[in-house]
Amino acid sequence: MAVELAVIFFSMILVDNYVLVQFLGICPFLGVSKRLDSAVGMSLAVTFVMVMATAATWPIQTFLLTPANPDGSLKWDMGYLQTIVFILIIAILVQLLESILKKYIPALYKALGVYLPLITTNCTILGVTVLNIDNGYDFLESIICAAGAGIGYLVAMVLFSGVRRRVEQAVTPKCFKDLPITLVAAAMVSLSFMGFGGIVESIFGV
Amino acid sequence: MSKNSKWKIFTNGFLAENPVLVLVLGTCPTLATSTMASNGIGMGLAATFVLVCSNIVISALRKVIPNQVRIPCYITVIAGFVSVVQMLVKAFVPALDSALGVYLPLIVVNCIILGRAEMFASKNGVLDSALDGLGMGIGFMITLTIMGTIREVLGSGTWMSGLDGLFPFLPEGFAIQVLPESVDPFTIMTSAPGGFFIFGVMMAAATWLTTRPKKEKASAPAEAAEGGNA
Repeated sequence: MAVELAVIFFSMILVDNYVLVQFLGICPFLGVSKRLDSAVGMSLAVTFVMVMATAATWPIQTFLLTPANPDGSLKWDMGYLQTIVFILIIAILVQLLESILKKYIPALYKALGVYLPLITTNCTILGVTVLNIDNGYDFLESIICAAGAGIGYLVAMVLFSGVRRRVEQAVTPKCFKDLPITLVAAAMVSLSFMGFGGIVESIFGV
Repeated sequence: MSKNSKWKIFTNGFLAENPVLVLVLGTCPTLATSTMASNGIGMGLAATFVLVCSNIVISALRKVIPNQVRIPCYITVIAGFVSVVQMLVKAFVPALDSALGVYLPLIVVNCIILGRAEMFASKNGVLDSALDGLGMGIGFMITLTIMGTIREVLGSGTWMSGLDGLFPFLPEGFAIQVLPESVDPFTIMTSAPGGFFIFGVMMAAATWLTTRPKKEKASAPAEAAEGGNA
């Protein structure tokens, strides 16, 4: 059991990295990775909301939208409401978190503050909640998967903010200035992540 | 004159304000679904439908929706249309459903749609908003298709494979062989790094195209693109 969870966790960070391999959350990746501190702040906020959102949406999907009888058949199927319900839950959750943090943990609010409202439309959050359901993970696996995805996001952001500092000082053709050359650099970082393919399975001997 | 400006609203999304290459919105679906030209067309059609419908509804409701809660309202409207698209695609083009996977529900958080709702539909009339949505959607689809074409031709040597899933009248296993079989395809182009690379090159090409005639303003669009990606 622990090995399976570890495999999910580390695959999400290295092999199935959301930003560099699965193309989720590219907008904030390009927008916020200019400076290291904002990259870290955004990734921490994303990780936090991801785990919270998974903890909220998994029970709703399992017990409200598609509850199963003991023999495996569905009591009723409202799976078609998934998209609307999930995005509303995420939007509410982000608002709620913002007010709670503001009131009780002002230090964390200050650190995450600006990034929280942006998170509602970050596709990683909706992506991780939907993918957890699609993959048929149980509750614990879903939480671990969400945490791994968040840490993977952090790793990618931190690595890339370093790459970007160097790229910005490089001399590039005029039309490649700014974003185009950043994307080419992202291609190389993503290429290096491809090298992790299969590493988790061989480490844990699965 | 008014007809002229309507035309301008419509064509704005093609190149001058291309949502992907100039405004830098909706990058995630662009990269993820442009592995094949036919996926690009499918994704573009789905997004265009949602974009036009949500732009119409939001622009019709723009005086009713209170300013403070506008974003949740927009998202609810968009999510409703995305669910409609999801059900239609699942029922009529199941091949596209499995090709797009999680990116189909993720149209909800596609920043092009929310971005146009916020930037355009909330300030303009119903007809203008519908035209803007249509133009932006077509611009998105063209970009996806071009990108998908480059990646598919280089990455697997074929063009438009999988189009039979989208249009059932085509023969099964439809594909146009572009590179001869004896040429080893560049498989890296269909995976993640190729996506980033081609996207970067296309964005550079768009910058070059839009800035080339008036060289003295060459740096302006780059700054505009920078502002759009928040």
